Amino acid sequence: MLSLPVEKLNELFETVGSKENIYIPVDNTSGKADFKLWKKGVEMSKCLKTVRSAKDFFFPKTENLVNYKMNGQKIEMEDPRKELDNFVVFGVRACDAASFAIVDDVYIKQSPVDTYYKNRRDHGTVVTLACTEPAQTCFCKLYNIDASDPKGDVSSWIADGKIFFKPNTDKGSKFIDSVKSLLKDSDEKPVESQKKSTQEKISKLPFVNLDLSKFKGENMLKIFNSKVWDSLSEACLGCGTCTYVCPTCMCFDVKSFDTGDGIKQFRCWDSCMYSDFTKMAAANPRLTQKERFRQRFMHKLVYYPMDHKNVKSCVGCGRCLESCPIHMNIVKVIKTINETPLEEK
Amino acid sequence: MQDDKISAKLIEKAKELLSSGKVQLVIGWRKGLFDYDVTPSIFTTAEDLEKNFVYNKWCAANLSKYLVKETRKIETAKDTVRMNNKMAKQKDPASQDKPEPSVKILVFLKPCDTYSFTELLKEHRIFRDDIHAVGIPCDGMADASKKELLERCTVCKSKKHVTYDELLGEDGEVQDSKRFDEVEKLEKMTPDERYSFWQGELSRCIRCNACRDVCPACTCEQCIFDNPKSGAEHKVAADSFEENMFHIIRAWHVAGRCTDCGECSRVCPQHIPLHLLNRKFIKDINEIYEPYMAGSDMETKPPLLTFEKNDAEPNVVYTRDKSEEGGNK
Repeated sequence: MLSLPVEKLNELFETVGSKENIYIPVDNTSGKADFKLWKKGVEMSKCLKTVRSAKDFFFPKTENLVNYKMNGQKIEMEDPRKELDNFVVFGVRACDAASFAIVDDVYIKQSPVDTYYKNRRDHGTVVTLACTEPAQTCFCKLYNIDASDPKGDVSSWIADGKIFFKPNTDKGSKFIDSVKSLLKDSDEKPVESQKKSTQEKISKLPFVNLDLSKFKGENMLKIFNSKVWDSLSEACLGCGTCTYVCPTCMCFDVKSFDTGDGIKQFRCWDSCMYSDFTKMAAANPRLTQKERFRQRFMHKLVYYPMDHKNVKSCVGCGRCLESCPIHMNIVKVIKTINETPLEEK
Repeated sequence: MQDDKISAKLIEKAKELLSSGKVQLVIGWRKGLFDYDVTPSIFTTAEDLEKNFVYNKWCAANLSKYLVKETRKIETAKDTVRMNNKMAKQKDPASQDKPEPSVKILVFLKPCDTYSFTELLKEHRIFRDDIHAVGIPCDGMADASKKELLERCTVCKSKKHVTYDELLGEDGEVQDSKRFDEVEKLEKMTPDERYSFWQGELSRCIRCNACRDVCPACTCEQCIFDNPKSGAEHKVAADSFEENMFHIIRAWHVAGRCTDCGECSRVCPQHIPLHLLNRKFIKDINEIYEPYMAGSDMETKPPLLTFEKNDAEPNVVYTRDKSEEGGNK
């Protein structure tokens, strides 16, 4: 397998960064990390995961869709999209890498294709990095994601003072070719033994063996009508933290901004936790936080899998476990529903 | 103070008040998957309390805001019965009045939570008669994400309970706190330094609204940022200027009412030190008017809501700080 001494990683960033933008996890002033554009002097963080997921690169918080300009009685329409430059996201964890397939299924594999999203996906190369010290809040294994063997365009492992690379796609091979002069072929034994030891650590994590057998289409109405939602949602603040840090939450709203001589129409992240998420001209079908809260978990565990070959719309990254202000999360929901008998309605 | 002991004492108190019928609901903290991930919750039975109630250093959540929603439910139920009785009387003057439901909530409040509680009472956002408030001791709370003492507790402003029906343990005193030290550091920066400090912090904001939704001073029926008629209801900022303005507008809106409970900074997933904005306002109010602590009593009129002839003129902003680098010019 091709490898590079870890201390030469900055040379790799420099080589790639001279041609295209490369984003890496960087420590911020709050003691956490975020993906940042690599510049000379910027060091890669050793953190397990960034506060925000890597979805931001393909599904940004806000994105201009179309501009309208008023010219007297005439309205001109302008497409603000420019030809995107290729970019690299480096150090993506297995969970985030797996989330892209879940979002792709909705925005690319269904008609109509979300061309804004697809454009970014086409131009982005994802270099993943294997986990070695998973947190107690990690549970990607529950969804058959292997944190020790991440996917993406290129997989990488830091072991034995070296960083090992394995390309998985054409884009990945191109990335490897562009830095080939820095890489040397070396024995992949350290990778194999790291995989083994990480997998062992993962198997001991508390939520990797949760029972998901109850979450299937035929139980949909029974789970929907379960009385557990009242108590699970009682403390929910209705903020959007869980949805905004979640790598698989992909809902957006379209808003218009009055620029003075026209309209800037943009989309921005939306959250099913918000009171106006389902607000329509006639009324709002989700009047209390209970209905909004229930929607989020029903979507991840029941509705999405019903439409997508039983793939759950959660990758077990554990961000909601860490960020929710009231510490309510998908693990607590799964456990509570499993502990409560389903009743016939 | 030992966690288990104090927890047991609280459970005992809650069970006693439930079984005597003095209260029907208990608002407290529910155990989580680990030790640190407790959730605010309502308890109605002794079994549930014994099994799931907890009070320890991870119970930082300020429970007072939940009283807005919960006491309103009680009052709505009472109003409904009153209305039905009235209508029944109109049909048949001899009809018997149905009794109004009597529900009371037990809430446990740490010293700084009682400031929020008092401020909410002062603003008529909660119904005092529906609440049995029990003041509980606090040795400082921990930050669940950083696993260290919360900033707000390292500069604890008070161990005194302001408003309560009964106390568990001893009452403390208002503390000589160093909580304005960080604000002073910011004040000493040049405008450029300060701008870049806040730019760095606020640029991390993801506009999840957690700061607003947890804030006991944010209890508007509809927030301007949720109101489609306000013209400001965008879920994200259209530009970086708007991004910064969200937090500054919020700080203005709670100025003079913020009790510095620090919940905004505690819940921020991006760890933005939002409390520093609020503290700047508190410090300025103290200096421009007179020392005032929101929520510290029911009587004192808030300086920003009163007018006196010798009040500072708006130009105080310019005259107060004439130094070369700091202040406005």
